[in-house]
Formats: sequence, structure tokens, C-alpha cells
Amino acid sequence: MALKQKIVVIGGGIAGIEASSILSRMDYDVTLIEKTDNIGGHVAQWDRLFPNQRKSDEIIEYLKANIPSNLKIKLNTTVSTIAKNNTSFVVSLSDNELIETDSILISTGYDLFDAKLKEEYGYGIYDNVITSAELEKLFRENKPILTKSGKEPQRIGFVHCVGSRDRKINNIYCSKVCCVTAVKQAIEVRQKLPYSEAYCFYMDLRMYGLSFEEIYNESQEKYGVTFIRGRLSEAAENKEGQIIVKVEDTLLGRPMKMTMDLLVLMVGMTPSEGTSGLIKMLNLETNSSHFIASKDEHTQSNITSHPGIFVAGAATSPKSIDDTLADARGAVVKILEYLNSNAQ
Amino acid sequence: MIEDGKKQLWAQYQKEIADDKYYYARSCIRQNFFPGAEEIFLKVLRQNLNKDIYDDARQTTCTGIGYHSAIVPLETTMTVVARQFSLMNELGYENFVCSCVTSFGIYSEMLETWHEFPETLEKTKENLYKATGRTFKLPKNLVHASDVIYKLRMDILPQLKYKLVNAKTGKPLNVVEHIGCHYAKIFPHKGVGGAEYPYVLAGLVDAWGGKLVDYPERRHCCGFGFRQYLVKANRGYSYSHSLKKFESMQPYDVDLIITNCPGCNYFLDRWQYVAAESEHKLYGVDGKAIPVLTFEEITALLLGYNPWEIGLQMHQIPVEPLLDKLGISYSKEDKYLNTKGPEIPELLNY
Repeated sequence: MALKQKIVVIGGGIAGIEASSILSRMDYDVTLIEKTDNIGGHVAQWDRLFPNQRKSDEIIEYLKANIPSNLKIKLNTTVSTIAKNNTSFVVSLSDNELIETDSILISTGYDLFDAKLKEEYGYGIYDNVITSAELEKLFRENKPILTKSGKEPQRIGFVHCVGSRDRKINNIYCSKVCCVTAVKQAIEVRQKLPYSEAYCFYMDLRMYGLSFEEIYNESQEKYGVTFIRGRLSEAAENKEGQIIVKVEDTLLGRPMKMTMDLLVLMVGMTPSEGTSGLIKMLNLETNSSHFIASKDEHTQSNITSHPGIFVAGAATSPKSIDDTLADARGAVVKILEYLNSNAQ
Repeated sequence: MIEDGKKQLWAQYQKEIADDKYYYARSCIRQNFFPGAEEIFLKVLRQNLNKDIYDDARQTTCTGIGYHSAIVPLETTMTVVARQFSLMNELGYENFVCSCVTSFGIYSEMLETWHEFPETLEKTKENLYKATGRTFKLPKNLVHASDVIYKLRMDILPQLKYKLVNAKTGKPLNVVEHIGCHYAKIFPHKGVGGAEYPYVLAGLVDAWGGKLVDYPERRHCCGFGFRQYLVKANRGYSYSHSLKKFESMQPYDVDLIITNCPGCNYFLDRWQYVAAESEHKLYGVDGKAIPVLTFEEITALLLGYNPWEIGLQMHQIPVEPLLDKLGISYSKEDKYLNTKGPEIPELLNY
């Protein structure tokens, strides 16, 4: 009987779990490498998902329930080096284990944009400026939404495109999920704080997905969320710790100055530390958004510039959960084609 | 306010500042409106800090005001800037220090343009040679005069006779700093502390005992804005911008405003006077206006120089409330001393 072909999957987010589970169920010898102490990636940190506010844990539970027993998962482990050995690769891990593998799938995903880089918004300097991830953490832990001084905020502002579509910080791409996440979070804030006001400061609203437009309409009609088309020029703190925002309402053509009790920055996606590390380690080509470049963005989107090394999920560009899972399944097909052609 | 967050950011925006042998480029506005400021800067550097700084009578305007008013073309500004550098080269200096924030912006912009578009540097060399027969080399170090004081602030500290502290209460004075748009907004990495949370003057306030006031309109223009004031019909814009700042800082009981740019000093000083006269509105503590001093003036004042010898009588807002808070004794008559003796005008009540 021929030896099982091996695959190393790097990154235990939802793309890595989905792809490694499918390949394992097909009886390949798969090792999933995850740098943290748990799998699930960013989705496991989130509370509820757009557009239907289902619990993100449902996704993680579904994926975990489908993990076959033969999938080897190595937690708290990182990749130290990858060396080519004829048609195979030797992957050296942080625990000194060496794995010889026929193929590698990179599913190292994204990191959230460091909001401190948008200095003018005052994240890390003003007490009442937080990120969308921090707000989601409050939701997840069922903690009250309070200002630094312990009061319920009356006015909450959501700033779209923080770290996305921004030439000043050289991130010209759209992070795809922030617009609809802002709508989702604004609705949740209004549900939890019925007497509050919620404002979204946006450039364009990119409501491209199934039911996105519906929740955008619902946010206005049912929850009274106000949408102001304009990019913040700056945020400043007043003596009471409130956040004064300056923005131009580009529909009215008027500059505005508004006072917020809490400002939420909708941080976008950037290549994760792991993704950037592998780009450097393997000398992978990158695309205009600094993520891993596919061999062909339309027809070979899971194939990298190196034969035998594949990529799935947000390591190539920002993606939603459903796009990520579909991409992971697409990567599995390409890996199978590659392994079959090598076996013949 | 998360002070540690600011400190982390400040650490990212530090720059090289030469520690001696400076060539000084004066400011058109500063030497006319606050002539004591430049004189005392030179004196403090030479006498208190034992530094070599050259004050060259041959230099001209940097063209900044004309340039930003669209009167002087870019090529002319480049050639004038090149001539200033040529004068410095001739004397063997390499460290160029600008008195004016507008000039600092101009010199930085020209250096950056020459770096990004080398053909403009070649053209400038040609223009300068044709016009004056001169050649020039770029400075090794280009800074604003406040950068030098910032760098030497801890050397100055042991010499201070006064701190930014209320002598009666022992509490730190509430100090607003205003760095001027052209110091860091054009090139954030060329300003100490960057553009959003600048530290060049805040560092002096920290080191010398004051309490920095971070008010919502801190980043806003002083009101000069060049054509907001230079075009007479626009002066309402200039005034309203300054008022926006005063209104924003008022809840913080500000004792003192320190400025980086002579233009900012002029407008933050003068428009307070206008507000007091035309609207009976005062923005300082105890029904007083807020004294507005340049960074050179406050340095000299704390070092113990006579307020009237460093030209504080040139400000429209009286500085006496500040002198009283600092515990500095002064002669009321000497403020109005001129060649004919003291001429005391009708005193302003703020």
C-alpha cells in the first residue's frame, strides 16, 4: 500500500480548519499548525455575525464537529523554516519537530489594522476611542457599554474605513466586512442602549452581500441609526472626556463638528504577522494590497508563485466568513489536483 | 487622556538636532513684531549655553509669505533658499536654524522637492549661479530654533530662576502650546513629536514644571492662514479661527500660551485684544486675557532676564498677570521706557 500523501496546513482559523478537515476526511496525512492555544482564529473572538446576528460560536462549533480524528493539530506552534526537498518540503517547527510534506497550505489570514497608526483619531490616547473588535469583545463577554467614567454613552460614533481605502497609510484596498459590521454593531448598541444615538461616518456603504442591504435599511428605519457620508478629519478630547469629531458631510457639502461619548473605529484587515512572515520566509510574491499574490487572481486564486504551496482565506485579501470557507474548499480541490498529478 | 499613549507616539517622532555651530536664519515677522525674541535667543545660546551661532546680516526673507500668497513663484523661492545656504557654506557652517516656522516649512519643502525631483536642484544651481555667481551645498542639519531649545531644555533647567509654577499656590501653570501649521503638518517626521501630538513645546512645559493643556481645538490654525489675513476682506475668517481656539481652551483656565511661530504669536495675541475691545470677551483666568509668549521669550523669562529687556511690552495682551503668577518682580514704569523716558499710555484693564 502506498504511503499517504502529506499536507501541512499553517494557520488554524476557519480556512485552515475547513481545508484540513476535508483533506483528513479524504484520508490524507494532514497536520494543522496553530500558533495560539486554540483554533478558530478571529471568528472565535467575535460575538455575533452579520447579517443575521447568529452567534459566531455556531460556526466554530460546526467546524470543530466536523474535524476527523485523524487530523493532527499542533497548538502553540509556529513554523521556523521551510526547505524544499525535490518535490517535497521539510517544515521545521518551533518545538523542533520536522515534518516532510508533499504540499503546504497557507491559511494564516489577517491581523486587525493597528488603529494607533491613524494618529488623528486618538486611539490609545483618548479614553473613549475604541475599536470595533473591542466593542465586539464587550458584546461577547456580555459586559455593559460604558464610557471610561462609567456612564452609559448617549452618542456613539462609528468610523468606517479605519486602515482601509486610505492612501495616507498605504492601504488602498477595501476590507469588505467593516461597513456591514458597523451596521450590525450600531443596531446592537441601539438594542442595548435604547436611549442612545448612533452615527456612522462612511465613505461609501458597500452592502454587497445577501441581506446586507436589508439590515442597512432596518438600522435606519427600526433603530434610527444616522449615516453621515464623510471621512473624519480628526478626533479630539474635551475636558469631560467626550470625543469631538470633525467631519464633512459630503452630501450636504457642510463641515460638521459633533460631540460623541464613545467613538468606535471600524478597523480593517492587514496581512497577519504569520502571513507576512511566510511571505518573507518563502519569498512569495505579494499583491497590491500587500497580501500573498495568487498565481492568477481569477482562475488560480489558491495557487501561489511556488508549486506545491497553496493559499486560502484572508491571506490573499480581506474576506468574509462565507468567502473564506468557499476559498478553503477551492484550495482543497487545487491541492488534490496537485497531489494526484505528482503521484502519477 | 492616556498619557502613556502620547509618550509612545512621541518616541516615534524624534529627529536629529545638531548640538552646536549653528547658522541662524531670522524671521521677517519675528524680528519686526517681537524683536526681543530673536535677540534673546542668540544671547541665551551664546551666554547661557556657550554655543556658536552665527547671525548673518546678508540674509534675506525666505519668501515664505509671498510664496504662500501665490505672489512669489516656486523657482524664485528655490533660488532664494539656495542663496541662504550658499551664505552659510561660505562661513563654514553646516547646521541651519530657522527662526520662523513658515521658513522652516519652506526650507524643508525645498529640500524635499530637490530630493524627490533632482532636476529641480540642478535648475536651482543654474539659476543661483546666473543670478549671483554663487554655488551652494545642502545643510547637514536643518531645524527650527525651538528644536534647539527642546534639545537643550535639560541643560537650561538647572539655570532657571523660575519654573512654570504659580509662586503663590505652588501649582503648575496651565500652559497651551501652539506649534504652527508649517512646523509639522507638512512633514510630520520633521517635527519633534509629529503633527498630531507635537512635543517640541510640550517638552519644554513638561521639563520646566508646567501642566500641558490638551484642548479640543489644539490642532486648529491660529487664524493667520496667510490669505485669511493678508487679503483684507478675509480677515473675519482669521478672527473667527482664533476665537474658535480661545473658546475651546477657555474651560481649562489657561495661564499662558506659548507659540512656536511668530505669526501664530501675533494672531493669538492680537485677536484676544480685538475680542476684548470689540466684544468685551476675555478668555483667561480671573477676568484676564491669556498672555501669549514665544518660546524664546518664556525661556529667557524663566532664566531671569528682565521682561522689558526681552521685549515683552511688544505684546498687546499684558504679561503682568503671568509675571505675578511666576513671582517675577518688575518695574511698571520700565515697560514704557523709550529714549525720551517713560511714556505711560492709557492702561489696558486685562
